[in-house]
Amino acid sequence: MIRASTIKTLKIDDRDFSARHDETILDVARQNGIFIPKICDLKGLSPVGACRLCLVEVKGSNRLLPACSTLVEEGMEVTTTTERLQRYRRNILELLFTERNHVCSVCVSNGHCELQTLAQKLDITHVHFRYRYPNLDVDASHDRFSVDHNRCILCSRCVRVCDEIEGAHTWDFMGRGIESLVITDLAEPWGTSETCTGCGKCVHVCPTGALFEKGKSVAEMLKRREFLPYLTQMREEHS
Amino acid sequence: MSPEELEQIAEAERERQAKFKHRIKVCMAAGCVSCQSEGVKAALDKEVAARQAAAGGGECDCEVKCVGCMGLCAGGPLVAVGDSALYQHVTPEDAPALVESVGGAPVSRLVCPTDVPFFQKQKKVVLENCGNIDPERIEDYIAAGGYTSLMQALGDMTPLQVISEITRSGLRGRGGAGYPTGLKWSTVSKAPGEKKYVVCNADEGDPGAFMDRSVLESDPHRVLEGMLIAAFAVGANEGYIYVRAEYPLAIKRLRIAIKQAERLGLLGNNICGSRMSFHLDLRLGAGAFVCGEETALLASIEGRRGIPRPRPPYPAMEGLFGQPTLINNVETFASIAPIIRHGGEWYAQIGTEKSKGTKVFALAGSVNNTGLVEVAMGTTLREMVYEIGGGMAEGRQFKAVQTGGPSGGCLPAQFLDMPVDYENLARAGSIMGSGGMIVMDDTACMVDVARFFMDFCMGESCGKCVPCRVGTYHMHGLLKKITQRRGSTADITQLEELSDLLKNTSLCGLGQSAPNPVLSTLRYFAEEYKAHVEEHRCPAGVCNSENGDDAANEPPNPDAPVAIDLGSGKGGDQ
Ligand SMILES: Cc1cc2nc3c(=O)[nH]c(=O)nc-3n(C[C@H](O)[C@H](O)[C@H](O)COP(=O)(O)O)c2cc1C
Ligand code: SF4
Ligand code: SF4
Ligand code: FES
Repeated sequence: MIRASTIKTLKIDDRDFSARHDETILDVARQNGIFIPKICDLKGLSPVGACRLCLVEVKGSNRLLPACSTLVEEGMEVTTTTERLQRYRRNILELLFTERNHVCSVCVSNGHCELQTLAQKLDITHVHFRYRYPNLDVDASHDRFSVDHNRCILCSRCVRVCDEIEGAHTWDFMGRGIESLVITDLAEPWGTSETCTGCGKCVHVCPTGALFEKGKSVAEMLKRREFLPYLTQMREEHS
Repeated sequence: MSPEELEQIAEAERERQAKFKHRIKVCMAAGCVSCQSEGVKAALDKEVAARQAAAGGGECDCEVKCVGCMGLCAGGPLVAVGDSALYQHVTPEDAPALVESVGGAPVSRLVCPTDVPFFQKQKKVVLENCGNIDPERIEDYIAAGGYTSLMQALGDMTPLQVISEITRSGLRGRGGAGYPTGLKWSTVSKAPGEKKYVVCNADEGDPGAFMDRSVLESDPHRVLEGMLIAAFAVGANEGYIYVRAEYPLAIKRLRIAIKQAERLGLLGNNICGSRMSFHLDLRLGAGAFVCGEETALLASIEGRRGIPRPRPPYPAMEGLFGQPTLINNVETFASIAPIIRHGGEWYAQIGTEKSKGTKVFALAGSVNNTGLVEVAMGTTLREMVYEIGGGMAEGRQFKAVQTGGPSGGCLPAQFLDMPVDYENLARAGSIMGSGGMIVMDDTACMVDVARFFMDFCMGESCGKCVPCRVGTYHMHGLLKKITQRRGSTADITQLEELSDLLKNTSLCGLGQSAPNPVLSTLRYFAEEYKAHVEEHRCPAGVCNSENGDDAANEPPNPDAPVAIDLGSGKGGDQ
């Protein structure tokens, strides 16, 4: 039962909406066809507010707030698109492209990649920050999956799904700042991991071509993520 | 423990101390310990014992006492004989002469003058006991009036009265942001929740800052008492002190202090016969700057990776283990007991209109006196540099003062007469931060200073959010290029662009404030940047060929915009 007091009314881009108190600005926007870019957020996983692509302006707040992890509030007035926000979003995407080696035409995820989609949507054709060209490994030691760090954007979806949904906590981070890397177990080869159940959830939530199934052609490398919200919802209802 | 019993302990300790006609105090804080003050203490002990034996035994009338920081760390090891004579750079070989001087003429060759502004201009509230009491003896703290404020709060005040006293004092958080302490306490006290926590932030990560360490090493009970009063005010019964593992002496003394307080019933269940219980434990930080950020710190205490999370919810509502949590800095807690003892009004008389009380600064750089100083808010930079600091070292020309560490800024000479408080510093483009103050002379290159701090931020970025993780990397690259005198005007434009991005889009304070050193130097020392990029010359002569040259490792034409290969595919879901 939803009690009346848990319904909040708010304005997004001058349109009126009502939402449950535990919904985020991004939830409401998404349900109503308002586009806010996002890449670390995935419905069904806990929000982390890491990529900063979903920042929006909220009246009365002197800081920009991440739509994915800001709960709605009564009387909130949200603006999702301004010239400044667009500039920041493009900058952040450019930074992601410079950080590792993203070459879409030779990537297994070509056509199914969220980074690629966003760049196309935001009409980014050139990067004006310097490329870093790091020399990173590919770990293909697992029977069925591989991780190519050159494509990883450190969104932590794999870490979260493995911990929160699968309960294995095989994935985590190593190092910090620009040196960060996702690792399996204690930075051991994925293939030797004793905690990995081989469920493949990480592969399906990965927004880019960093995690992929072996032996699949580009056309087959479709990622399925719809299962997540159902899983979480089922668990909540049964606990 | 009742107020009477506390008074008895104080009385007994005062009697014990009165038995000694003379007292020699040796600094046992990390600064002096690192220049062998332990050896000095041992030599003094030996000398006193030898004289005792020679005089035929009996009661000794001279106490050699371990105390905490006396402030002038650059003069260590420091030894005080009686109430008046302070000696610097003491060696074990000086012990006989010092013991000889007891009650007589001072040893002039070692004397450290105390009638100078460095000592006279200070106003000690937080550091009042530092250098006077033995940090490892709770009796000494009690004899100096310790724990009476706790008694007063528990016995005569309601939690609300305590909070309004703190609010009246105008105290603001000393951990960096200067958030009103009374307001924070009030929020936590009102937050719904059965269980609440009080956490002390002793992670002190700013390079060059050591005020929190000094307080913990010199007067740990003061922090405990502040936390206890806070716990009473907000209704918490469990607390943690998160202290960096690089402070072994502070950790040792905190452990001792907690044990002693537990033994006297000042910590534990039914404190002083009241209904209040409070349990305190230590957690050691593994040396990441970002773990000083409150949400990262709490994650670290919970046993997770120390990375920040978005706020709201603020820790006051949802903190440690999801419960309302009060988190304050060491110096903030250390200011509480005196405020309760003398009243909020008294504290509010010190300082400026919006920044009350005193602040401890770690004065460093090209001044004659470096060390820890506590001054009233509103002291001008000129007083800091030329009076307390004793003027520029080697008679050099003042160029800038850097406040607030890697999150702060560099202020030029035009600000020398500015009273130092939260508002003025912010207006000038810097911050109070935790109280680092580095004075720079004309041999410093401001671009290089900016590069140094950006290097720090890049290395300490946790890597969670994109703007900080990748942005600090690029900003550092650009600054490095400029200091290698290969920069261009376009690089400065890009620095400004990234500064704006990081400031407004980073998740936590580290990324948000990382551009400050760059922005403030661009604002006040633009001509230095210009000389680097237009004439490829470093006016201060710091950026020379020894800075290296990364040009050889670069791809051809590295600065041209790169067309991204977005492939042909139509993207997936979004
Ligand atoms: C990157 C970063 C590092 C910080 N480091 C410290 C620190 O070492 N000590 C500290 O007390 N506060 C530090 N802070 C501030 C804390 O987040 C928090 O505001 C403070 O502990 C609150 O206490 P206060 O209200 O008494 O100042 C840091 C903040 C950031 C963003
Ligand atoms: S491997 Fe994929 S899911 Fe994991 S952090 Fe990298 S980009 Fe995100
Ligand atoms: S601003 Fe930097 S330190 Fe803070 S969360 Fe982002 S990456 Fe981590
Ligand atoms: S989607 Fe909100 S910060 Fe990444």
